[in-house]
Amino acid sequence: MSDHNARSYWRSNIRIVLTLLSVWFFISFGCGILLVDTLDNIRFGGFKLGFWISQQGSIFVFVALIYIYIYLMDKLDSKYNFESSTSAPTSGQAPEETITEEQET
Amino acid sequence: MSVQIWTFIFVFITFGLYIGIAIKSRAGSTSDFYVAGGGVPPLANGMATAADWMSAASFISMAGLISFLGRDGTFYLMGWTGGYVLLALLLAPYLRKFGKFTVPDFIGDRYYSKTARLIAVFCAITISFVYVCGQMQGAGIVFSRFLEVDITTGVIIGMTIVFFYAVMGGMKGITYTQVAQYCVLIFAFMVPAIFISILMTGVPIPQIGFGSELTQDFGGGYLLDRLDGMSQELGFATYTEGQRSTQDVFFITAALMFGTAGLPHVIIRFFTVPNVRDARRSAGYALIFIAILYTTAPAVAAFAKTNLINTVSNVEYTSVPEWFTKWEATNLISFTDKNNDGRIQYLGNAEENELEVNRDIMVLANPEIAGLPNWVVALVAAGALAAALSTAAGLLLVISTAVAHDLLKRSFIPEITERQELLYARISIFIAVLIAGYVGINPPAYVAQVVAYAFGLAAASFFPAIVLGIFNKRMNKEGAIAGMLAGFLFTAGYIIYFKTLNPALDNADGWLFGISPEGIGTFGTIANMLVAYAVSKFSPEPPDSVQTIVANIRLPGEAIRQ
Repeated sequence: MSDHNARSYWRSNIRIVLTLLSVWFFISFGCGILLVDTLDNIRFGGFKLGFWISQQGSIFVFVALIYIYIYLMDKLDSKYNFESSTSAPTSGQAPEETITEEQET
Repeated sequence: MSVQIWTFIFVFITFGLYIGIAIKSRAGSTSDFYVAGGGVPPLANGMATAADWMSAASFISMAGLISFLGRDGTFYLMGWTGGYVLLALLLAPYLRKFGKFTVPDFIGDRYYSKTARLIAVFCAITISFVYVCGQMQGAGIVFSRFLEVDITTGVIIGMTIVFFYAVMGGMKGITYTQVAQYCVLIFAFMVPAIFISILMTGVPIPQIGFGSELTQDFGGGYLLDRLDGMSQELGFATYTEGQRSTQDVFFITAALMFGTAGLPHVIIRFFTVPNVRDARRSAGYALIFIAILYTTAPAVAAFAKTNLINTVSNVEYTSVPEWFTKWEATNLISFTDKNNDGRIQYLGNAEENELEVNRDIMVLANPEIAGLPNWVVALVAAGALAAALSTAAGLLLVISTAVAHDLLKRSFIPEITERQELLYARISIFIAVLIAGYVGINPPAYVAQVVAYAFGLAAASFFPAIVLGIFNKRMNKEGAIAGMLAGFLFTAGYIIYFKTLNPALDNADGWLFGISPEGIGTFGTIANMLVAYAVSKFSPEPPDSVQTIVANIRLPGEAIRQ
C-alpha cells in the first residue's frame, strides 16, 4: 500500500473514531450525568428519562456504537482492499496492496 | 431438596465441566499458553471476555451497591460498559495488529525501552494481583454460605480448580472454560431476575419490569415511584435522584471507563483472535454479553430494595423469614433492637436505624427474599463461583505471562528455550495461585476497596501509554515513561493520602475539586497524557524502526506474530 493510501485510510479511520466518540461522550457524560436532572423532567412509562439513560439507555447506545464502528470499518477496509486476512499468523509485513483509481472513488 | 444439596449438584456439575474442558485443551506451545494459539473465533472470544471481565464484584456486589446508591450507582453501570467503546475504537484492533503476547510487550517494543517494559510489568502485576485477591475472597464467601464449609476450605477448593485448568491449558484452557463459565453465570443471574420481575410486575423482561407497575400484591403503582416513596418515608435518599456531586460522578465514571480499557487481563483477550477484523467483532460480542447482565443489574437492584423494605420494615423480629436468620449467621445482616419494641426499624437515620444490611446480600439472598424455589437459590451460588473463578484465571494468566515472558524471556534471561519459558509460566501461575489463596483466606480489610482503585491505577498508567503509542507517532520513550510514572504515582499517592495517611480529610470538603479517591484516576490519566506530551516535545523522536511499527499497526491486514 502506498504512503498516500495509508495516510488517507488513517484519516478516515480517525474521522470515524472521533465521530463515534463524540456520540459516546454526549450520551454518557452529557445526558447520563451533566443533563440528567433536566432530562428527568421528561417521563415515559415508569422511568424518568435522565435516570433511564444513565442506568440503561447509555449501555444500549454503547453496544450500537461498537456495531456502527464495525460496519463503517468493514466498509473502509474493503474500499482500501483490506479483505479480512486469513487466520494463520505468518511473518512479514502487511500485504502490499495498491489501490486503483476507480476503487478510490 | 434443600438448597445445600442443589448447590452441591450444581457446583459438582459445573466444576466437572470446567475440568473436562481443561483436559481437552492442553497447551503445547507458548503461543497456546499465552494467546490460545491466536485462533479463537470472535463469538467465543466475546463470551470469554465477558466472563473474564465480569468478576465476583459484578455478579455479587454490583446490584447491591446500586440498590444502596440509587441513581449514583450509574457510575458502575456506565463506567464498566462505556470503557468497551474505548477499548473497541482505540485499542483492540491496533493491539491485535501489533500481534504480540502481552501488554508490557507492546509498551516495551513501542517505546524501545527495557525501563518502560519493566514499569509496565510492575503495573500489570500490581493491578492484577489486587484484583485477584478480591475474587478469591468472593469464592470463599459463596462456599461458606451455600455449602456451609469454612472459608478456608472454600478458597482451597476454588484455588485447586483454577490452578488445574490454568496451569494445564494456559490461555487455551482458560478461554474455553470462560466460555462455559459465561453461560453458567449469565443463566444464574437471569433466571432469578426474570422470576422476580414476573413476581413483582408480571413482566418477564427485567429491563422492562424496571419501568413497569407493581402487581396488586406489592401495592401497585410504578416500581420506581413506589421505591422513591418508601425511601422518603423511611428517611433514605430518593432512589432516582443523585446524592453525590455531579463532578464526582463524572470523574468516577471516567476513571472506571479508562480503567476498563487499560486492564491487562481484558486487553490480552484481543490477542487471541485470528485478525484485526475479528478483534473488532469480538469487542462487539463482548459488550453485548456484558450488557445483558449490566442492564439487568439496575432492575435487580430496584426489585431487591423494594422487596427488602417490604419484607423487613416494621416486622416483628420473632416472625422474620428463614433467610433472614440464615444470613444473620454470616454477619452479612444484623439487627439491634435499639428501642426494644421487638420490631425491625429500617431507617435512613443512623441513630434510629436497627438493621445493617451488607450490600452483597442483595444478589445472593435476593431469590430467597423473593421466595423462589431452592434450585434457583443454588444456581446463584454456581453463577457467583463461575464469575469469581473465570476472572481469577484471567488475572493469574496476566501475572504468569508478565513474569515468564516479559520479565524472564524479554528482559533478563533471553536465552531460555520455549519449553523452559512454558515451564516458568506454569511455575509462576502456581506461585500466584498460592499467594492469592493465602490472601483470600486472610483477607486484609482493605481488599474490596483496593479493587476499585485498581481501575484508577490502570487508567492512569496503561491507558494513556497505549493510546499515545498508537495515535501519536512522535511519542517517545522519555515521554511515555515520564507519563506512566506521573500518572501512577499521582493516583496512588492521592489514594494513599486519603485512605491511610489522612483519612480524617476523606470527604467532599477535603478532596481536590471535590473528586473522591475513586475518581482521581481520571486526573491521573490527564496528568499522564500532559506530562508525556510535554516531555516528548523536548526529547529526541523515536527511531525509524519504531515509527514503522506504528505506521504498520494503524493498517489492518496480516498480523505479525513472532
